[in-house]
Amino acid sequence: MIPLEYYLLLAAALFCIGIYGLVTSRNVIRVLMSIELLLNAVNLNIMAFSNYLDPATATGQAFAVFVISIAAAESAVGLAIILAIYRNRDTVDMEAFNLLKW
Amino acid sequence: MTLAEGVQLVSFGLLAIMVIGTALGVVLLPNIVYSAFLLGGVFISIAGLYVLLNAGFVAAAQILIYVGAVNILILFGIMLVNKNQPFSPVRRGWIRLLATGGVCLGLFALLATVVFGTSWQISSAVPAGDQATVLIGIHLFTDFLLPFELASILLLMAMIGAIVLARREFIPDETPADAVSDALTLPERPRELVSATGETTED
Repeated sequence: MIPLEYYLLLAAALFCIGIYGLVTSRNVIRVLMSIELLLNAVNLNIMAFSNYLDPATATGQAFAVFVISIAAAESAVGLAIILAIYRNRDTVDMEAFNLLKW
Repeated sequence: MTLAEGVQLVSFGLLAIMVIGTALGVVLLPNIVYSAFLLGGVFISIAGLYVLLNAGFVAAAQILIYVGAVNILILFGIMLVNKNQPFSPVRRGWIRLLATGGVCLGLFALLATVVFGTSWQISSAVPAGDQATVLIGIHLFTDFLLPFELASILLLMAMIGAIVLARREFIPDETPADAVSDALTLPERPRELVSATGETTED
């Protein structure tokens, strides 16, 4: 059986890549994609724990289904916000969205 | 999964390489369209990992929802906001890249220490396997009933919110001036553009 640590390390690496993309990318769509990477890393963690620590009841799989549905809602609303802000400011540059910056 | 040990290890290695490689492509490639397609690769490889983890139902849900809905939505978003603009370079942008890379590597090192430093209580119970789908259904309608109903309300709110946020305001009782060429377009209420460069000049 594959050790649990391999899955956790893979999820940690995916999470760190997502954080890097979230902070450094300039295109607003790429920020949304990085958030999807983060959610997938968390889901992979949940599924690994579910399979190794509590394999008989599949509670973690139900959790993962909830996370997937909420991620779908998040991406739909996020894209709508991006469309609205693009129509207002006519750019996709994250550095230009500084209305709330002081 | 009734797979041999070696087969599991090799498929895990291949899927891990695919996940890391495509995720790096999503973050680092300059072309946003390539990034969006590689994001689909990330989702599919993670679905393969779910199959290795005895979760066929979640793997199918992952492919249906992520590859079929979220990825297509992101591709449509790219088409709708497709603007090939060169980004103006930020002052001392390399410091930001270096700092973020350092923080991410540090975070990974921290997580790796925690992963290897904890003694996990590995259970020896028999995995649910194909019965997991039935178990998920039982969970959703007994002890997770309230979150299940709340999730449906959340999806409805997200749908209505997305429509309200993304729609354009049309003027219903005004015909376009050029009736032939604008026959299929409705007159749109003009929106004042917030200046993108006006307030960035003082800093």
